[in-house]
Amino acid sequence: MADRLIAAFLRQHAPSVSIRADLELEAGDNRVMVLFGASGSGKTTILRCLAGLDRPQEGFIRFGDEVWFDRTAGVNLSPQQRRLAYVSQDYSLFPHLTVDENIRFGMDAAGLPARDRVDSILRTVHLEGMAGRFPTRLSGGERQRVALARALARDPRLILLDEPLAALDLPLRDPMRRELRQFLRSIDVPSVVVTHDRVDALTLGDRMAVLSGGYIRQVGPVHDVFSRPIDWEVAASVGVETVVPGEIVESADGLATVRVGASQVRVALPSMMARSVFACIRAEDVTLETSPHGDVSARNQLRGRVTAVQPEGGVVRVTVDCGFLLSALITRPACDELRLAENSAVTAVVKATAVHLIAREIS
Amino acid sequence: MDWSAIVLSLRLATLTTVILLVGGLPLAGWLALSHQRGRWAVDALVALPVVLPPTVLGFYVLVALGPRSPLGRAYEAITGSPIVFSFQGLLVASVLYSLPFAVQPFAAAFAAVDRNLIETAWCLGASRVRTFTRIVVPLARPGIIAGMVLSFAHTLGEFGVVLMVGGNLPGSTRTISISIYDDVQAFDYARAGRTAALLLAFSFVVLAMTYRLQRRSGRAWPIGS
Repeated sequence: MADRLIAAFLRQHAPSVSIRADLELEAGDNRVMVLFGASGSGKTTILRCLAGLDRPQEGFIRFGDEVWFDRTAGVNLSPQQRRLAYVSQDYSLFPHLTVDENIRFGMDAAGLPARDRVDSILRTVHLEGMAGRFPTRLSGGERQRVALARALARDPRLILLDEPLAALDLPLRDPMRRELRQFLRSIDVPSVVVTHDRVDALTLGDRMAVLSGGYIRQVGPVHDVFSRPIDWEVAASVGVETVVPGEIVESADGLATVRVGASQVRVALPSMMARSVFACIRAEDVTLETSPHGDVSARNQLRGRVTAVQPEGGVVRVTVDCGFLLSALITRPACDELRLAENSAVTAVVKATAVHLIAREIS
Repeated sequence: MDWSAIVLSLRLATLTTVILLVGGLPLAGWLALSHQRGRWAVDALVALPVVLPPTVLGFYVLVALGPRSPLGRAYEAITGSPIVFSFQGLLVASVLYSLPFAVQPFAAAFAAVDRNLIETAWCLGASRVRTFTRIVVPLARPGIIAGMVLSFAHTLGEFGVVLMVGGNLPGSTRTISISIYDDVQAFDYARAGRTAALLLAFSFVVLAMTYRLQRRSGRAWPIGS
């Protein structure tokens, strides 16, 4: 595989702080990797090491058959030699150059033919007619597009984005997030996206790596990492939540029906109409019962079997297989009263308003 | 008014500024942007003329360029005339004397350029030289102009160094400040006053225009670093 990134390195931050990274990423179906962690967890450091802006103390970084960094062999390619796209948090547009000159800056250095390509790139990011503007006259969203266009113009082999949505105003973040996902899926180049935002991670990523305490604790498909954190530190970092991929099969009267695994979930008023979604249910919002009793307002009563009962401090985390794996957080007395154990039959009750949908593709 | 001294001073200041621009930009770039060991020593060396009495600087230049020094002999062998007490010798001394007044504002302006922009340029494939000329220098323009104005004005007003290295030869080393001094020594206060007033007016206009330029470009530069 030509475009495969393999990195295993350590960067000493301060005498007592070191960041260890272990990553593998390639083009293809799982090309967008989210690097997730709280601020200060070292996400940006890893990104800078990949870009060649920081030098690790140990380890190696390889891309395809090239060695970008190897401590023992004494190899450290400059950012110029790695041919990648690095977009920093504030987009770093050159303030004294127009949009056109900004985009051409990278192309001139690479010696690529210019004019036609600038036009076609501006079309890709919906910025036709803005070529002559200076960055100060652009909105936040437009700035992000110019930064992406400029990075793309160099025909990069790897895309690195540092908190791509953090600089945007809240109302703008949602549409830009989906636009960015579409952008990253439209080109077959592996990308690493750094974020501390759960919605960013779910919307943008195919796979995610959770960084905590200086190293990567878990790597896997995004919904998997959110639903099944391997330890409490990952759970605390991503939040306890069931995240499952699903498809909207019907929507009427402000209520959508989403097929999730082997069962169906009803969701109140989804704000966006996309077929392919992630259904997110917080473990605190799930009620468990053993004997069904008449009418309830909750729209979802999912029958299933308990697959795991894990005490977590004062509460108990119960995993129920109801066509998909659902996490419920209940109190210890409640768990004792219902006599929950592995394999006992339960009904999970979830209000339609407690299910949140996150769109994956724009229809 | 001593027109030949005024013309000489303007020529000296212009040439000094041009040389400092060509040589000072790369030096300031290295000082501001590289993290090499021993930088502090170069920093101190560049700043020396600010604290050194002009006579001390002039003395060392005189010794270094004098007919008994290897440099002075080499110059004389090539051109046929000694470098001390000539316009060329004065130019060398002026460049050294005004070095911090150009390099320090340049370096401060370079250091103020957003590091992210520089790294972004590298990631876009631009070499360090290209990043410097296309991104760093244009963004540091107000500081570069300030450095040029300062070195020009500083050269125009220099006295001690000129006296040590250049002497007082009309048309080749007699600058405005020497001419004013001579006039005062000869009790010709009227002539000294006219030249002094011209220098004062000229300096004020140049500085006022520079400040106005800085204000308009949105970045006030504290002249005098």
